[in-house]
Amino acid sequence: MTEAARDVILDVEGVSLAFGGVRALTDVSFSVRRGSITAVIGPNGAGKTSLFNTISGFYRPRSGNIAFDGRSLAGTAPPERARLGLARTFQNIALFRGMTVLDNIKLGRHAHMRTGLLDALVYRGRARREELELRAEIEERIIDFLEIQHIRNAPVATLPYGLRKRVELARALAMRPRLLMLDEPVAGMNREETEDMARFILDVKEEWDVTILMVEHDMGMVMDISDHVVVLNFGQVIAEGGPAAVQADPAVVAAYLGAGDLGRRLSGPEAA
Amino acid sequence: MRIGTLKTSYAADEALFDTRLQKLLILLACAAAVLFPFVASPYWLFLACLCAINVASATGLNILTGYTGLVSLGQAAFMSVGAYTVAVLEIHAGTPFLLNLLVGGLLTALVGIGVGIPSLRVKGLYLAIATIAASVVLHFVFAHWPLTGGMQGLSMPPARLFGMALDQPFQLYWLILPVTGLMVLGAANLFRTRVGRAFIAIRDRDISAEVLGIPLLRYKLMSFAVSSFYAGLAGGLWAYFFRVVTPESFPLVNSIFYLAAIIVGGMGTILGGILGAVFMTMVPELLKFVAGLVTPFYPDALALLAPVRTIVFGSLIVGFLIFEPHGLAEIWRRIRRFFHLWPFRT
Amino acid sequence: MTDWLFLTEVFLAGLGSGALYAVTGVAFVLIYKATRVVNLAIGEILMLGGYAFFGAAAGWHLPAWVALPVAILAGALVGAVVERGLIRPMIGESPISVFMVTIGLGSILAGFVQIVWGADPLRLPEFLPSAPIFIGEAYVAPKVAYGFLAAMVVVTAFVLGLRFSRGGVALKATAADQAAAYSVGIDVPRVFSLSWIVACGVAAGAGVLVGAIGGISPTMGVFGLSVLVVVIVGGLDSMAGALVGGLFIGVVEAFAGTFLGGEYRFLVTFSILILILMIRPYGLFGTHEIERL
Repeated sequence: MTEAARDVILDVEGVSLAFGGVRALTDVSFSVRRGSITAVIGPNGAGKTSLFNTISGFYRPRSGNIAFDGRSLAGTAPPERARLGLARTFQNIALFRGMTVLDNIKLGRHAHMRTGLLDALVYRGRARREELELRAEIEERIIDFLEIQHIRNAPVATLPYGLRKRVELARALAMRPRLLMLDEPVAGMNREETEDMARFILDVKEEWDVTILMVEHDMGMVMDISDHVVVLNFGQVIAEGGPAAVQADPAVVAAYLGAGDLGRRLSGPEAA
Repeated sequence: MRIGTLKTSYAADEALFDTRLQKLLILLACAAAVLFPFVASPYWLFLACLCAINVASATGLNILTGYTGLVSLGQAAFMSVGAYTVAVLEIHAGTPFLLNLLVGGLLTALVGIGVGIPSLRVKGLYLAIATIAASVVLHFVFAHWPLTGGMQGLSMPPARLFGMALDQPFQLYWLILPVTGLMVLGAANLFRTRVGRAFIAIRDRDISAEVLGIPLLRYKLMSFAVSSFYAGLAGGLWAYFFRVVTPESFPLVNSIFYLAAIIVGGMGTILGGILGAVFMTMVPELLKFVAGLVTPFYPDALALLAPVRTIVFGSLIVGFLIFEPHGLAEIWRRIRRFFHLWPFRT
Repeated sequence: MTDWLFLTEVFLAGLGSGALYAVTGVAFVLIYKATRVVNLAIGEILMLGGYAFFGAAAGWHLPAWVALPVAILAGALVGAVVERGLIRPMIGESPISVFMVTIGLGSILAGFVQIVWGADPLRLPEFLPSAPIFIGEAYVAPKVAYGFLAAMVVVTAFVLGLRFSRGGVALKATAADQAAAYSVGIDVPRVFSLSWIVACGVAAGAGVLVGAIGGISPTMGVFGLSVLVVVIVGGLDSMAGALVGGLFIGVVEAFAGTFLGGEYRFLVTFSILILILMIRPYGLFGTHEIERL
């Protein structure tokens, strides 16, 4: 393996995806460097969430390959990908409504735990030890870190939107992520909430040694915190590079201007 | 009232019963359960055993339907598998009853896994209907297989412990109640661990559960297995209790009964399964009692008992679903909350 | 040698009972399309129709041509009350909860019928012509033949009516997307009510035919189980599926009952059901809904 290849944690190569006759992704290739924050941007319907779902293994690409840590993910089921360290959040928040915040976070660790059915029924020995260790770790590393102590026993259904997003991040952190995929982490948040979330994302990268791949519409945040930006339009990669370079790319500007008011968002950071 | 949480360890916070009052109440309940057979009449002992059997089965169904969100109308049919297994073993092999019960439970779990296999492709209603179909098939098998005695069914000898026959409610109580207690405890434990959380995740949003690391088919089948294991054990207890097992012992209506029990009690809570099963078992007895009271004034009351029971049964299902969808467990929670804040808020 | 005449007669008898499945199945599908409710009480509403006819014809001594509309109206009335009182409050609840509500409703109706008319099976007064009918050489019981004709007329009326009327369009729109239909001015609550009223009326009418052939009893509701098989085989949201499924299941039951014995009827139909669920879970003509993450 070359130095450059070792440096890449996720390599998407020529991925195409279609639903019936509709092409969602066409020959998408890009790679994510270890320890970076990579953002995928693009107008609505560009295929960003489809891309995430393909990486998670929920959709099967028609062609192309996705490699995680040098290992091809073809034929790997979604739960197994989670175990390998591919953690994610969802655009429309997929928390489990019937559980408390704490249980939602604990659920993230599922793939790394060993308790079997019989252990669980008696709740002695391994099951108990494992659960208590998990509880301690979640309390001390995740709940304190994300400042959600006050809601740990609340049912998620009662939480406001911004907190739910934070709980989802907590659950993804409990998955022992190596690559954390965030699908619109600040969508629908106000300025203050967005800044909090941006800070959490940067802290996760630094303190947890996790690579981050995110889809986001908030250009201000994307330009502020990402190291690398991939632009999708109509299921194709139209530009790639550092934030400043991408922003100046005429193809990107055209794509966004074509998509109406999103053009204004692109020039967001200067305006702000 | 409750003035605060003063726990000093995670273990204390993760305990099943976390307040001193709760522990005290549980202790009292256990003591009452031990003393009960010595003061109760055979009629009440009979009812207590019946309630316990229904609690065991309803708890099993609650794991599958209440917690995992897979609706089954086959719980009674699963019970029949356990009951027949126990009866056949008792008649032909004469093995110890605990072993028979265990074999009955395991065999039912296997059948449950078989029925659960379509659950990856079909869900919701279609799955419920598939379980009805499975019940029809099982009924047919038991009614036509020589080993299970056809329509006549099987009459079996009582369970024996150190040469003593367990054939009265008083003795059976000591078998049925502890087994049920252990089963309920097991179910409660299940939902303190990753296995239980996986079940709930599948209920709430199965496709995202998969992306978060939960293999769906394995856990759906596991839920079917545990649930039908419980049904099999309950069916085995039922067999030892009534000692006659026929194809008509476990009609589809009984499956609806268990579903109704967890709806009335509260789906997805352990307490709900217990409360619902006890409540639904006692309602017909209450009606019988009322009919007895009314008979002097209205001689036909007893004749109306059966249809009134049917109507009350249906009304309870409808009424709880519309007015109290979280069931008796929610009512109980409200009562508790009231006392937590009492006397500062009334 | 195979007795073709006998086989034909069995086949025709199967079509006869299949037509009744089909018409009840159509009622079932109508409710499902409009409100997404799987109404397991359809068998009990059918039973209620049979009893209402009995009450009107034998109790009040009304002539059959009056008693039949009375039965249908009784069914429609029950449909209206049920939709308003039990189904509307459940909007937004999980489909399974609503399904359980209809099971509870079935129980209530069965108990009610038993209180009013007793638990014993009853025979409806004869009202169909009883001259024997032959198709070719094959004998068809007259009641079965008239039942078949009536059922087919209703099913045809349904299919045509839904295709060519404003109501049909409204139903289709509601089935496709309730919110969108509502926002373009379709009175969705009215579609809900009407579908229940019409479907329950039709089911009650079918109950009169079923009762005329086989008598009525408080356990008649099990007819609903066969209808359930029919609509699953045909596809829950397909009228054509209900028709084809109904006739198919009717014929299959007739042959299974004749050649294997009555107790095999359920076994055979439910085995077909399992098979269909395995290979085509959304039925022969049903719509497959796509899941999104």
